Amino acid sequence: MSFFNFPLAPPSASNIAQQYDFVFYALVALSVFFTLVVCAGAIFFAVRYKAGTKADRSRPMYENLPLEMTWTIIPLILGLIMFYFGTALFVKIKTPPKDCEEIYVIGKQWMWHMQHANGVRENNTLHVPLGRPIKLTMISQDVLHAFYIPAFRVQMGVVPGRYTQLWFTATQTGEYHIFCNMYCGTQHSEMGGKVVVMDPKDYAAWLANGGQSTTPMSMEQTGAKIYAKMHCDNCHGAEDTLHAPSLYGIYRKRRVFADGTSLIADDEYLRDSIVKPYDHITAGYGQTMPVYQSQVSEEDLLNLVAYIKVIGSPSANPPTSNVNRHSAPTAVSSTNEATSLAANAVQANTADPDATPTRRVGAPAVGAIAAEGRNR
Amino acid sequence: MSAITNSPDHGHGHGHDSALHHQFEDIGQQNESYIVGMWVFLSTEVMFFGALFFIYTLYRWNYQQDFYIAHEHLNVIMGAVNTTVLLFSSFTMVMAVQSAQLKKRGHVIGYLLMTIACACVFLIIKYFEYSSKLADHLYPGAGFATDAQAAFGEHAIEAGKVAVNMNHAQLFYSLYFGMTGLHAVHIIAGILVIGALIRLWFNNAKSVTLDFVPTEMVGLYWHFVDLVWIFLFPLFYLMPKPH
Amino acid sequence: MSSTVISPGELKPKPPAEEPNYLNVNHTISSWLLTGDHKRIALLYLVSTSFFFFLGSIAAGLIRYELTSPAGVVLESDTYNKVFTSHGVIMVFTFLVVAIPAIFGNFLVPLMIGARDLAFPRLNLASWYMYMTGGTLILAGMVFGGVDTGWTFYTPYSSMYSNTQVSMVIIGIFIAGFSTITTGINFVVTIHKMRAPGMTWFRLPLFIWAMYATSLMMILATPVVAITLMLVVYERTFKLPIFSPELGGDPVLFQHLFWFYSHPAVYIMILPAFAVVSELIANFSRKRIFGYHFVAFSSLAIAGLGFLVWGHHMFVSSQSMYESIVFSLISFLVAVPSAIKIFNWMATMYKGNVHLQSPMIYAIAFLMIFTVGGLTGLFLGAAGTDVHLTATYFVVAHFHYVMVGGTMLAFLGALHYWWPKMTGRMFSDGIARVNAVIVFVGFNLTFFPQFIVGWLGMPRRYHYYYFAPEFQAYHIMSTLGASVLGLGFILPAFYLTQSLFTGKKASANPWGAHGLEWETSSPPPTSNFLETPIVMDEVYDFDPVSEHARDLRNLQEAEEWKKAHDGMDNLPEEDN
Repeated sequence: MSFFNFPLAPPSASNIAQQYDFVFYALVALSVFFTLVVCAGAIFFAVRYKAGTKADRSRPMYENLPLEMTWTIIPLILGLIMFYFGTALFVKIKTPPKDCEEIYVIGKQWMWHMQHANGVRENNTLHVPLGRPIKLTMISQDVLHAFYIPAFRVQMGVVPGRYTQLWFTATQTGEYHIFCNMYCGTQHSEMGGKVVVMDPKDYAAWLANGGQSTTPMSMEQTGAKIYAKMHCDNCHGAEDTLHAPSLYGIYRKRRVFADGTSLIADDEYLRDSIVKPYDHITAGYGQTMPVYQSQVSEEDLLNLVAYIKVIGSPSANPPTSNVNRHSAPTAVSSTNEATSLAANAVQANTADPDATPTRRVGAPAVGAIAAEGRNR
Repeated sequence: MSAITNSPDHGHGHGHDSALHHQFEDIGQQNESYIVGMWVFLSTEVMFFGALFFIYTLYRWNYQQDFYIAHEHLNVIMGAVNTTVLLFSSFTMVMAVQSAQLKKRGHVIGYLLMTIACACVFLIIKYFEYSSKLADHLYPGAGFATDAQAAFGEHAIEAGKVAVNMNHAQLFYSLYFGMTGLHAVHIIAGILVIGALIRLWFNNAKSVTLDFVPTEMVGLYWHFVDLVWIFLFPLFYLMPKPH
Repeated sequence: MSSTVISPGELKPKPPAEEPNYLNVNHTISSWLLTGDHKRIALLYLVSTSFFFFLGSIAAGLIRYELTSPAGVVLESDTYNKVFTSHGVIMVFTFLVVAIPAIFGNFLVPLMIGARDLAFPRLNLASWYMYMTGGTLILAGMVFGGVDTGWTFYTPYSSMYSNTQVSMVIIGIFIAGFSTITTGINFVVTIHKMRAPGMTWFRLPLFIWAMYATSLMMILATPVVAITLMLVVYERTFKLPIFSPELGGDPVLFQHLFWFYSHPAVYIMILPAFAVVSELIANFSRKRIFGYHFVAFSSLAIAGLGFLVWGHHMFVSSQSMYESIVFSLISFLVAVPSAIKIFNWMATMYKGNVHLQSPMIYAIAFLMIFTVGGLTGLFLGAAGTDVHLTATYFVVAHFHYVMVGGTMLAFLGALHYWWPKMTGRMFSDGIARVNAVIVFVGFNLTFFPQFIVGWLGMPRRYHYYYFAPEFQAYHIMSTLGASVLGLGFILPAFYLTQSLFTGKKASANPWGAHGLEWETSSPPPTSNFLETPIVMDEVYDFDPVSEHARDLRNLQEAEEWKKAHDGMDNLPEEDN
């Protein structure tokens, strides 16, 4: 539901959400009604009985037991009715059915680690099948967290030292936010992720495949992820800047250094520039780059170098599944067809590398995920 | 508001009766206010200690066996002596209050001194108890004992295996030191207050000689401190063996 | 014949000597810092709580500014976390719990019951020093590194993981807590023992009933949070296992103990606001409060039931389902007394003579805003709906509606209403009324969007929300509203301060109100009353018909005066 592109309600994507929304909107109606009664009443009395106006002030009332009882009992009854509905909803939320599929969740500062029953693991993303009851058994490795999926209307604290549970049945495919909803320190607000609801067939295929998309990431793609995670793009942009030279197309080109010497930029040079940047400082720059010696593993270096070799060219787009939390902020991507998630996610993006992966033509400007859930 | 403001002037002529403070109409109102005030303050102390008693109850309920074994290192004799000492100090306090009512200055000072003496004996015995715990590494914190047998002897062994969870034992000792420590802080505060009271009596200060209620207020506080110990002692020292 | 030359200047008549009152009786610093006079202590609290409120507002402004962008604007996450923690700690512990009881309670309780002072004036002064010591320690903690645990200090983050100034700030809160406890003791004893002759319980102003209920909660609840927070300090210092799961402790136990105080604490914050609103509505409607007994007992009911609902903050904490259901039921019960009050206040206005001066504008705004705040509490008290809404901006909006829209509006209403009594000066009511509307509009613009963004799922205490940029529009709306609200809070500082210098001197009863405090001069003498009053009737003994006649007379006189003075606006004071 949205109002001129402003979303007014989260997507309703679980069996609980439907019952929930009934209780919620009943409470909204009740609140609007009583708010109007009080506001209208107060303003009406303030105007009608304003000092000096002609109004009947004879036989004023100071006590009236029937009236008092009325406006005690009626709110009490209405409240108890809402209590009943709220409790029924709560009992349903807290009572998982016997045949749930189990998934395990470990929360820690500052990420979620999911483990499916057959051993498939994933971080910050939870793939689930449509239409089947899922039970999450959760525990924290350090401080209190909370696992919250607004679209499903479920939330549960994740406590160190004991297991807690949460269950739902997803009723719509798509991707929905996961938030950590118990303050847990510095990166509390970055400890989010997404639930990916898939058709049961696709989910089975995904699960059987060890939880990977059918095409594993290439070295360039892995390198691009690391590049973004380490914020290399903060300084190295498409053009040369005050801070750093552009890396676009530097592979196999001659690089001129501040001391007048020069080298051809080969793999060795690229690796050295990351771990020992002051050995060869590009002309026009000083000692501004941080030294990444011992901060990057050799495996990461291989992937980074592979990426830098092709940076700026069409084959270098990062994949959009498993969006890295530490990359530059963009809206979480979504694709048109849910079925394409597992198999075609990478292809969909490399097919059109210049498209910003977060928007589709004609889509609402905001609320990519929320609108996604609605557009089914 | 139809208030008639022509009552006779009460509040300004009591220079001779300087125990009366200016905000009160007469000494009766003042005394009642002080007593009610002290009882209200004691109710806050009940809530203060009450939270700790609640925590203790919860953990003891969950870890009955471990708490039982952990408590066996406590010295029941010393605890019992302390209980007797404090009960006696409450008696001397009552006598002090009665002497204040009878305006017997010498007796008041004597009984108050005996109360302080009992309190000091209590603290000295506590010192020995605490030292013994420290020596056996039974104080909570990073240095807590890890060897159950060394700490608790054969009580810790059952069917050949160590039967006590040292983490829970540490929990027990955290509560032991926390609660008896807080209690000891209240004893020390009591000693200071009683000392101040003795000094006032010694100097014949009108605030305590003209009216016995200040002395009674200190007495109320002291009885409360005693009462807390009456609860602490059986809870920590006299645990029944769990099944 | 000798003549003495006198220059014309010496012939000026001497101004009448100012009556001695509690303000001018002594001007030295030590007469203020060592005072036992409850009225001076109230002013000391006014200055210090305003200072803390100002600091808390700066933190609020930073939060709102930072939230205009999904990826933050100027702060790192660590700093942001410290900023929202300090906003919470300062506002809750040094302002909301303290302000109305310590300022208006201290000033008015003896006056309203006809006493010369509180029962224990020296304890009252000690209470202020404890507050200042605690507040200073809290600020020192903020300056020397800050705290980033949130004002709720949940374990094990606060006891084992956070490496910020947790201990210092907690010790500050502990000391400030004793200020609350001693104020509560003082009020309870004073109200029981020092009422003037004829002032029976059911003739007391409802302000006193609500202050009494507040004091009971202060006394019984604050020690629990004091010891609980101290345990966190012990755990940090000595590595104790009380809340540590690896060593057998229970982190959720902290939450039970913390909320056992903190839920009554929110009633400690709102009951004094109810106290003020009762006074404002009765006096500005020139009518007895409707259903006096119901309003009086509802305060006690809220105090009692308020101790039994703490678990509604813990529905998703791993508390058992049955515990949650019980807490939810009692939460619905505790909503009823507040509803009773709202209806009684509205019925008071019915057939009254409503004077829409600035305190009344605040009171009517309170009725409307508090109703929304209270009703949104039902969403959170129903365990099922709470599962989705807890720890989101819906909760933030709810508690700001009741705390800012409730307590703060009542605070401003009280400040304006009793300002002439406390300072002896009148301020310009025209500006004050406009300011009240600014506050009302700014407040709703700030916090209503937060209900929506919370319902959408935005968690609270979030610095970044870049994977949900759909929330941004609401945050921008909220920040714009906050600028307006900020204006509404700053303006009174100016026009009220200015009135101290240029405001008209106030008579004993500039509003035409009823109450013993209006029977003595403005400002009152140090001993409050020249002679002990004797009370013959309930305080709100207005007669609406004769009040109406008087209003007509005043209006007619005002018209005639305007005609005679060509419509100038400087009307003489009404006949009250």
